[in-house]
Amino acid sequence: MTASTVSAEAPENDARIVLTGPAATRAVRRAFSHPLASLIVVVLTVVWTVPLLGFFLNSFRDKGSVGSSGWWNWFAHPGSSTLGNYRTVLNGDGMVLPLANSLAITIPATVIPILLASMAAYGLAWVRFRGSSFIFFAIFALQVVPLQMALVPLQKYFNSGVRLGGVTVIPSFGLKGSLAEIWVTHTMFSMPLAVFLLHNFIAALPRELIEAARVDGASHLRTFRSIVLPLSTPAIASFAIFQFLWVWNDLLVAKTFGGSDASHQPVTARIQNLSGSFGAHQELLAPAGFLAILIPLVVFLALQRFFVRGLLAGSVKG
Amino acid sequence: MHPSTVILAGTASEAGSRLFGVIATVAIFLAALLVIFAVVGKVTGRFERPLTIVVLVAPAVILSVAGLVVPAIRTIVTSFTNEQAAGQKFKIVDGKLVEYKTKFIGLDNYRFDFTDSYTLHTLLRTVIWIVLVPLVTVGIGLLLALLLDRMTHTTLPRTLIFLPTAISFVGASLIWALVYNAPVYNQDGTPGTQTGLLSKIVIALGWQHPPNWILDAPGNSYLIMIVMVWIQVGFAMVVLGAALKAIPEEIIEAARIDGASGATLFRAVQIPMIRNTLIVVATTVTITSLKAFDIVNTMTNGNYSTDVLANQMYNELFVTNQTGRGSSLAVLLFLCVVPLVAYNVVQLRRERAAR
Repeated sequence: MTASTVSAEAPENDARIVLTGPAATRAVRRAFSHPLASLIVVVLTVVWTVPLLGFFLNSFRDKGSVGSSGWWNWFAHPGSSTLGNYRTVLNGDGMVLPLANSLAITIPATVIPILLASMAAYGLAWVRFRGSSFIFFAIFALQVVPLQMALVPLQKYFNSGVRLGGVTVIPSFGLKGSLAEIWVTHTMFSMPLAVFLLHNFIAALPRELIEAARVDGASHLRTFRSIVLPLSTPAIASFAIFQFLWVWNDLLVAKTFGGSDASHQPVTARIQNLSGSFGAHQELLAPAGFLAILIPLVVFLALQRFFVRGLLAGSVKG
Repeated sequence: MHPSTVILAGTASEAGSRLFGVIATVAIFLAALLVIFAVVGKVTGRFERPLTIVVLVAPAVILSVAGLVVPAIRTIVTSFTNEQAAGQKFKIVDGKLVEYKTKFIGLDNYRFDFTDSYTLHTLLRTVIWIVLVPLVTVGIGLLLALLLDRMTHTTLPRTLIFLPTAISFVGASLIWALVYNAPVYNQDGTPGTQTGLLSKIVIALGWQHPPNWILDAPGNSYLIMIVMVWIQVGFAMVVLGAALKAIPEEIIEAARIDGASGATLFRAVQIPMIRNTLIVVATTVTITSLKAFDIVNTMTNGNYSTDVLANQMYNELFVTNQTGRGSSLAVLLFLCVVPLVAYNVVQLRRERAAR
C-alpha cells in the first residue's frame, strides 16, 4: 500500500476522526507513548551522561582522593572540592599555550577557507565559463580522498619544498615547525567540502538579484563582496561551526605536523601527551581534558541548530 | 585565586604573541584580498573577465590540487616502493653503513599487508569495527529517535545524548579511560576500593574478578568501540529524528486509523520512509569507524591487540618510518572509503536537488 492511497482513503474509512493538524499530532503522540519508552530514554540518557559527569567531578578532587577512590565519592564530600588541579594545569603543566595554539590554528583554518571557497563557489556558479562545471565537479569529487593519503607528501613539502629532479620548484616558505603547517593543511583539506556546500547555497540565490547588480554596472568582484557574501551568512555559519569543531578536535593533523614540540601542540595533542606522562598525576588529566573540551561544548550548546546542519552536510569529510 | 587570573599569568606572553600572530595572519590575508579585489576591479576591457575568473577560482583550485591531488598520487606511487623514512639515506648492514636506495618493489607492500600476521589481525579488527560500530550506533540512535519522536519534553535527553558529538575523540578517550580504570584488588585477592566506574558496577553485580579492562584482549577492543558509539549515537539520533519528523503527519495518522500501531507502524511505515537517511547515517558512521585513529591511539596506541588500520598506518608512517608500507595501508583505507563517500555525496546531492 502506498502512502498516497493511505492518506486519500483514510477520511472516508473513518469519518469519526475529527482531529486535524497539531491536535491530531498530539493525540497520536499520546497514543504511542508508553512508560517503558520513557524508562528506556531515561536509562540511556543517564548512561550517556554519567561518564562526562564523572570526568567533570574528578577534575575538582585532589590527588589523594583521585588515586584512592572513584569520583562518586565526591557526593559524600562535596565540600572537599578544589580548584587546585585547574591552577596546576594552567600554570605548571601549561594548558594556556596549547589553548592559544588551538585558537591560533582554528581561526585561520576557519576564516580563510570560507572566503576562498565562497569566492570559488560564486565564480563557478555565476561567472559561467568553459570548464566551470568540470572544475566544480572535480573539486566536489575530491571529497573521496581521505586526508590520510596526503600526510607524508605534505610533510615532505613542508620540510623541503617541492622538488623536481633536484630543483626546488616551490620553496617551503619556512613553514617547517610553525603552527602555519597545521592550519595550511586544514585549509587545503577543507576545500572540497567548503566549495561544495557554499556552491549549493550560492547557486540557489535568486537570479534577478545578481543580474540587477550586474545591470547596475557592478563588477563580479563587487557583486560578490556586497551582495553574495552577506546573503550567504546561513551557509557560512553552518560550515564555520563544522570546520571550527573539526579543526579544534583534530588529532591526526596536529600530531603529524605539530610533532613532539610541546610549544606547538594544540590542546588535543597536548592532553594526549599528558595522558601518557600523567601516570603519576591522574588528578591533572580531568581538568586538562575538561579545558580542552570546554570551547567545543560552549559552541555546541550556543549554536546547536547550525551545528546540526553543518554536521549533516559535513559528515562525509575526512 | 580565581582561575581566570591564573590564565593571565604563566605563559601568558607567549600565548599572547601566538594570538597576535593569528590576528595578524588573518588581517594580512583579508588586506591582501581587498587589495587584489580593488586592483582587479579597476581592470576593464577584454582582460576583465579572465582576470576575475582567475582571482575567484584559482586559490581554491590550487589548494585542492596541492593539498589533495598531488599528495594522493605521490602516496599511491610510494606504496609501490620500499621507501623508509623521509630523507633516510643509510642503513646498517653487518655493522657497516651502506646507502639505502628507494626502489620500486611492485605489490610487495600489499602482499605484506595481507600475509603479515600482525597486519592481518589489524585488518580483521578493522572489519569488526566497521560492522559492529555502525550497527550498534544506528540501532541505538534509531531507537532513541523513534521513542523521542513520540514524547513530549525531549529537549533535555536529546541535548545530553547529543552532547558527546562536540567532544574530541581524544577528550572522549580520557573520559572513558576513567570508566575503564583497572580493577583494584586487596592483598588477599578480594576486590578493594575501586576507582573505575565499570569495575565498581560489575563487582557490585557479583563479578568478583573482572579483567584489566584496557589491557586484556579481546574485550578491550569492544570497550574501545563503545567510546566511538558513545560519540556517534547523538548524530544518528538527531539526523534520524529529523527524517522521522519529515514524514507527513497524515501518513502516520492514516496508518494508525488503518490499525497500525507500535511495532507495525514502525516496520511498515516509518522505516521504509527514512530508508535513505538510515543508509546515509550508517555509511557515515562506517567511514568514521574506518578512520578510527584518535581513540585507539590515545587509549592503547594499538597495543594489547587493539590496533586498527588507521592507527597502524600512522605508526608505520611516522613512528617506525616504514613509509612504503604505511602508504600501502593509506591506499587500502582510500579504497575502502571511496565507495562509501561517493554514495553519501551522491545521495546528499540528490536530496538537495529534490528540495
